[in-house]
Amino acid sequence: MSDAHTNDDHNHGIGHITPVSLLVGIFALLIFFTVLTVAVTYVDLGPANIWIALGVAVVKGALVGLYFMHLRYDSPFNGLILVTAFLFLAVFIGISLMDTGEYQRNIPPPPTVRPVTG
Amino acid sequence: MSVIQDPVNSGVYSGQDQPGGTNYINHSKGVMSWLLTLDHKRIGLMYMVSVLSAFALGGTFAIILRTMLFTHSSPENPISDSGQELYNQMFTLHGAVLVFMFIIPAVPAILGNMILPLMLGAKDVAFPRLNLLSWYCYIVGGLFFLFVLLSGGLDTGWTFYTPYSTSTSTSVAAATLGAFVLGFSSILTGLNFIATIHMLRPPGMGWFQLPLFLWALYATSLIQVLATPVLAITLLLLLAEKVLHIGIFDPALGGDPVLFQHFFWFYSHPAVYIMILPAMGIISELISTFSRRHIFGYSFIAFSSIAIALLGFLVWGHHMYTSGQSGMANAVFSLITFSVAIPSAIKIFNWLATMYKGSISLATPMLYALAFIWLFTIGGLTGVFLGSLALNIHAHDTYFVVAHFHYVMVGSMMTAFLGGMYYWWPKMFGKMYNEPVAKVAWFLIFAGFNLTFFIQFIAGSQGMPRRYADYLPEYAFFHKFSTVGSYVLAAGLVLVLLNWIHALLKGKKAPQNPWGSNTLEWHTSSPPPHENFAETPTVSDPYVMGAWDYDESIDGYVHNPQKAQELAQQGHH
Amino acid sequence: MPSRDITEDRHDADPRPRDITDMSSDSAPQPDKAHGGHDNRPPHLAHHFETPKQQFESGKLGMWLFLATEILMFGGLFCAYAIYRGNHQDVFLYGYGALDKMWGATNTVVLLASSLTMAWAVRAAQKGQQKLLIAMLVATFMGGVGFMGIKAVEYKAKYDHNLFPGQQFNAFYYESGKPKYPEKLAHAIEYIDGRNAGRGGASHGTDGQGGEHSDAAPAPGEGQVLQGAGHQQAEADAQAPAAVIVTASFAPPADVTNLAPPASPADAGVLDSAIDHAGVVQTPHAGHTQILWEDLSQTERGKVHIFFEIYFLMTGLHGLHVLIGMGLIGWLILKARARTFGKEYFTPVDVIGLYWHLVDLIWIFLFPLLYLIH
Repeated sequence: MSDAHTNDDHNHGIGHITPVSLLVGIFALLIFFTVLTVAVTYVDLGPANIWIALGVAVVKGALVGLYFMHLRYDSPFNGLILVTAFLFLAVFIGISLMDTGEYQRNIPPPPTVRPVTG
Repeated sequence: MSVIQDPVNSGVYSGQDQPGGTNYINHSKGVMSWLLTLDHKRIGLMYMVSVLSAFALGGTFAIILRTMLFTHSSPENPISDSGQELYNQMFTLHGAVLVFMFIIPAVPAILGNMILPLMLGAKDVAFPRLNLLSWYCYIVGGLFFLFVLLSGGLDTGWTFYTPYSTSTSTSVAAATLGAFVLGFSSILTGLNFIATIHMLRPPGMGWFQLPLFLWALYATSLIQVLATPVLAITLLLLLAEKVLHIGIFDPALGGDPVLFQHFFWFYSHPAVYIMILPAMGIISELISTFSRRHIFGYSFIAFSSIAIALLGFLVWGHHMYTSGQSGMANAVFSLITFSVAIPSAIKIFNWLATMYKGSISLATPMLYALAFIWLFTIGGLTGVFLGSLALNIHAHDTYFVVAHFHYVMVGSMMTAFLGGMYYWWPKMFGKMYNEPVAKVAWFLIFAGFNLTFFIQFIAGSQGMPRRYADYLPEYAFFHKFSTVGSYVLAAGLVLVLLNWIHALLKGKKAPQNPWGSNTLEWHTSSPPPHENFAETPTVSDPYVMGAWDYDESIDGYVHNPQKAQELAQQGHH
Repeated sequence: MPSRDITEDRHDADPRPRDITDMSSDSAPQPDKAHGGHDNRPPHLAHHFETPKQQFESGKLGMWLFLATEILMFGGLFCAYAIYRGNHQDVFLYGYGALDKMWGATNTVVLLASSLTMAWAVRAAQKGQQKLLIAMLVATFMGGVGFMGIKAVEYKAKYDHNLFPGQQFNAFYYESGKPKYPEKLAHAIEYIDGRNAGRGGASHGTDGQGGEHSDAAPAPGEGQVLQGAGHQQAEADAQAPAAVIVTASFAPPADVTNLAPPASPADAGVLDSAIDHAGVVQTPHAGHTQILWEDLSQTERGKVHIFFEIYFLMTGLHGLHVLIGMGLIGWLILKARARTFGKEYFTPVDVIGLYWHLVDLIWIFLFPLLYLIH
């Protein structure tokens, strides 16, 4: 599992031991991206804002997954599970979003907001 | 393939006869030794008792509603409101109990638990405690449904469509919680099986030496893990809708009821493949064993299971053609729906090719396998009809749909399940069932099933809508015919149950391997010892049966290690 | 058949003979000594595993599969979010004004820090550093406490302004075309409008190009199905008392003329600019322009409560996971105090760590989607 990365911390071949410096470095990066994503909201980029925010979230998520969750040194299958889960989620959200967007204009306004008469 | 030698062979017994030996059933005694067991075989048996009880309950509801449909109203004999309400409750509970408590767990939880570790030569599943927890989840979910039954029933249909389900006064909340908990039972089983197949395969058993039943269970488990959580959140949202009126699915509160159907079918369509895939896995084992031929197209069957599992996630919208789904989505879903027919047909053709020039034995499990091929072909092809948009508009919510999914979910899945039960019965209990009676029961089931449901295709194509307590006189013949057929089917199922009980009490002692199959579960005694294998079984091609010699004195097959060696060497060339 | 392996799971490559007779389970008749090869089975090795490594990797695989189910379960809520946001953007632009960006960012930092200490705890367990392990686990637990504390403060604010989920608690419900709780609604509108106007700056409304904002006011061609909001408002206006303070061409619905406090400076701004674009509801889209109550069409007003319900479902389910994680970490602390974990055996620390990181990972996505809406 840890063939990709050898260091003195090796331990019976079970699990990968992440150096403290790397953990703290990743944490610093995560904080940096958090500040960045908040800062970007003060700049008006139109529809790009949401995609930048999501892109930053993906990068942060990848850092957490790869280093805090050891995926970088782990059996690739574990990473595959994570990617598969996101892929199926994308199918679910993508198709539902496409369809609801298409039929939205066919929905009559709800009775709650119909004009009050009389 | 490698031959594994156990360096220290304990050699307590050599599988065949075990005088005075213990097996997993009598290994320890007392109720608590069952309720707290971590043994996958005992958990499988506990699942068997509970799932078959649910089957009996759901079947009873079916008989009640078919009986109600035997007659229709007339001016002098109208159907009362309470009669109609009872009918709504019956078809809902029939569907909900059988879908969530029988069809989904039946094969994985009973036969999978029992057989999967044995087929791997393993001692248990990867997480025995989670396995027990999954059974308790099942029981708790079942108790919720029992509560529903006693407290106002349920009349939404098993699909819980909004907004009706949030406005009816029946016990939707309890049923939702029940299905939620049952979902966890299903997730835990699937998670366990994936981890077991990955981590506990013996040396020498690569992915392409796995018996096809395990490929099918693996594909099923993928769906259980990836789809069931969406059902969980759907049911939570429904519950929030019911209790807090959050309005996400309620048009009166600004919500979108079609969205509920997206949520629901994103799970429930793949769930159809949770039902059918393990059944197909059983058929692969049965066809090869009883044709005494190596399975034809092993890797095609294996990959078609995975393909069905994946494609199954992309077709949920074909339940929503008439629900207000957009035309764009309709077209896409229709196209992908047709493509599911490809891997299904691959399986059918490979099974037929396996039988070709085989030495076919029409033992009871094989009769069920043949019935499966027949019923699944009808059920599958009518699915292609329904997948086409134009025909679906006409046939939607008619008995044509009812007949289609009963052919797949009952005809196919149930016959495969029964075939698998007969096939592994000697292994599970060490007792043989009565073969002639089993064949009579098979005939009643096969005939009764077709009598009940084939005519519903015709009724549906003539316009008989589903879920109605009453019908016009022109449909009377179809309904009477169907009801009589359902009695025949029920009689066959009762006969199966009686035969099994008789086998348990007075059955002939079963040999280690009555069928001559070569998957690893037949390499241990019947029933297996608590620790599954007294000797390390040798991994070899599961579909090469030449190393098993028939022995008339025990009416079973005996393993010939020398032949096995020779076959293993041939296999290398 | 070729003996290939489609995953790289190293189990197949393991050349060691597999001792299937090994049965050291709690209920098995024979103890460990009965088999060769594994004379000194570690006490934590379950009977059906061969090696600690196999057991460890099985545990991790199981947890990863479970995390996949978690992702898909949360995924349902993300799907609901995407669909309501995608189709009713302004509802979200309006509703998120009730949330506090800085609290959200603070909570992100708290959770990231607790992820760091959790990863550090795993490292300590792997190296057998007992005291450090306990300290890190306690720090992680405290991170959870801090997160839930901040969440409680935020929830309290929502409760005070009647923004809780559910028909009983949320001010934005309508009944027969009228607000269910008119007074609470007025208060909630004042609260959110005040926040939105405050943070949006001066650009509100003025840069909107009326007539192009078709989601709120469909072009005439679309009107046959979804009746144009302007049309509805005209109808509503016809019923409204003559005392309405704006011109008939921009008519807030009858109920809101009473509800929108005219004293608010933001409102004055809105109304001024709205009058300029007669007949069309303003729906400014540009980044920082904030949506006020007047900018929402009637259909959208009926959906504002859904924003809050999605917010509460997402953060509520997430908070529940934080609580469960805190419970698990508490259990780990007890176990660690009993010196259960060491170089040989740290699977529970590792897999619960994975769970905790996933909870963090989900928050990493929740934060921009809920608090940083544009």
